[in-house]
Amino acid sequence: MLKYIMKRLLIMVVTLWIIVTLTFVLMVSIPGSPLNEERGTTEQVQKNLESFYNLDKPYYVQYLLYIKSIATFDFGPSIKQPDRTVNDLLGNGFPISFELGMWTIIVAVISGIILGIIAALRHNGIVDYLAMTIAVLGISIPNFVLATLLIQQLAVNHPIFPPATWSSPMHMVLPIIALATGPMAIIARLTRSTMLEVLTQDYIKMARAKGLNPWKIIFKHALKNALMPVVTIMGTLLAGILTGTFVIEKIFAIPGMGRYFVESINQRDYPVIMGTTVFYSAFLIFALFLVDIAYGILDPRIKLHKKAGE
Amino acid sequence: MKLANETNNNHSPGPVRDEWFQWKEKDLHKAESVSRPSLSYWQDAWKRLLKNKLAMMGLVFLVLLTFMAIFGPYMSKYDVGKIDLPNQYQPPSADHWFGTDSHGRDVFVRTWYGARISLFVGLMAALIDCVIGIVYGGISGFKGGRTDNVMMRIIEVLYGIPYLLVVILLLVVMGPSLTTIIVALTVTGWVGMARIVRGQVLQIKNYEFVLASRSFGTKSWRIIRKNLIPNTMGPIIVQLTLTVPSAIFAEAFLSFLGLGIQSPFASWGSMANDSLGAILSGNWWTLFFPAFFISFTMFAFNVLGDGLQDALDPKLRK
Repeated sequence: MLKYIMKRLLIMVVTLWIIVTLTFVLMVSIPGSPLNEERGTTEQVQKNLESFYNLDKPYYVQYLLYIKSIATFDFGPSIKQPDRTVNDLLGNGFPISFELGMWTIIVAVISGIILGIIAALRHNGIVDYLAMTIAVLGISIPNFVLATLLIQQLAVNHPIFPPATWSSPMHMVLPIIALATGPMAIIARLTRSTMLEVLTQDYIKMARAKGLNPWKIIFKHALKNALMPVVTIMGTLLAGILTGTFVIEKIFAIPGMGRYFVESINQRDYPVIMGTTVFYSAFLIFALFLVDIAYGILDPRIKLHKKAGE
Repeated sequence: MKLANETNNNHSPGPVRDEWFQWKEKDLHKAESVSRPSLSYWQDAWKRLLKNKLAMMGLVFLVLLTFMAIFGPYMSKYDVGKIDLPNQYQPPSADHWFGTDSHGRDVFVRTWYGARISLFVGLMAALIDCVIGIVYGGISGFKGGRTDNVMMRIIEVLYGIPYLLVVILLLVVMGPSLTTIIVALTVTGWVGMARIVRGQVLQIKNYEFVLASRSFGTKSWRIIRKNLIPNTMGPIIVQLTLTVPSAIFAEAFLSFLGLGIQSPFASWGSMANDSLGAILSGNWWTLFFPAFFISFTMFAFNVLGDGLQDALDPKLRK
């Protein structure tokens, strides 16, 4: 197990290094300086600005400074909003995005699993078709379309929920629904198909033959095994939810990290782009790492397999 | 069993009598004939796909969409980027079939232009993914050993890179254009395909028919072409039908954020983005048409992919 964790850790570090370097190379290779748009500056001011952002130094020095800034987690000031550092932006935006993301995952996982179980238990029944129709629709409708529809129907036409911002639990309902529907649909489909497979296994028949309580069979014996694939795709789902927050935060005017990221791209604010990219990547890669470890712990076959291989 | 019981009840119980049976001539010529016509793998898969109503619906929709994407813009007299401010927000009518948007542009023409962009991006991304993935996964799986090990480590590292971030970074550097989007989508997109091909190749290359082929002295390249690739086609096609909608979604997502297709050209994502404000003031058609077509296209590809998955899986054959 320790060897497995060490291996994953090494891959994680290499991936992160590649992203960091890639980000740097891409940013440096953009023609022109991010400061070119500054108007009304003299040559001296321009030079001072460049030296303030270390843009006058050779690339390898810039690269080392950049690596150092990442290692010490200090991304420096924003170019377009000089009174704020990238750390400020991350510090303000991340808790909100994290809250949105966490609620989305909780809602998506719980409702997806329940929908999947119901569909599997009523296999080929009306409930099954209904649940799977919801699931296919959930996968097909992009979250920005769903978000706009929700605002129009439940905030403007029938003012039940507030249409934007992020200040009370009522404000959180629509963004979470808009963001959670896609992942929920994927989880529901996956749970359904693995549940159907598990329910035909001999040990389930055995449990039934013993006369165990049907609910106990489903929740204790079947679900445990049916959830393994859901754990496997958690990493991918996390990545999807994370990028989904860009759009959702834009539509609902939520002051999260995604909005800063999109704004920084549109304004070509390089320190912010670099900082948020690296932060996002690190967060995602770490989440993938945790998912892998969790999978290794949860699935006994992985350990057995390793031992047999050694 | 049931029949035997009934006969027992109707007649008096007794020994089984010989006159209940009669001899049937044995036809030696027919003994070896096959009663069902022999179907190739693809014929069988196609037959089973035809029976799947939902998947066929998806296929028909996609064929119609492709037709409209090619010919749709010529059916209307309006130009895709022609701004006509006095006629902004016209509801659907005989003149403007899908209405007009905030700049008075014809939504009907723009929707089919969006279909062109979406289908083009989706198909190109899927094709490029497919080529790189098959070559990479094929080599990795077929060579095995150290080559496979190194190639898989590279994939593991690439797999960890959040692809939309790379896409966004590339778009920032190369500037938004159709080429950039396709390049950006395929830079990390081929990894999934390569993994699937490798898994299949690893499995198939140990089968007896490959061993038999090898023992006849067949060259590696011929084994790859004749044995491995045809047998991996099923999962490849399924993966392909799932890559297309995710590429279409990615394009719409990027255009929605303002990073994709730029005005005056239309894409479903940018049309949805433009109409965000309009829908609140009741001009529903500006959002409805792009949103409907993007959702239905994704739906069609998804059900077609599901149907193909069932149809191409020999284990599900009846």
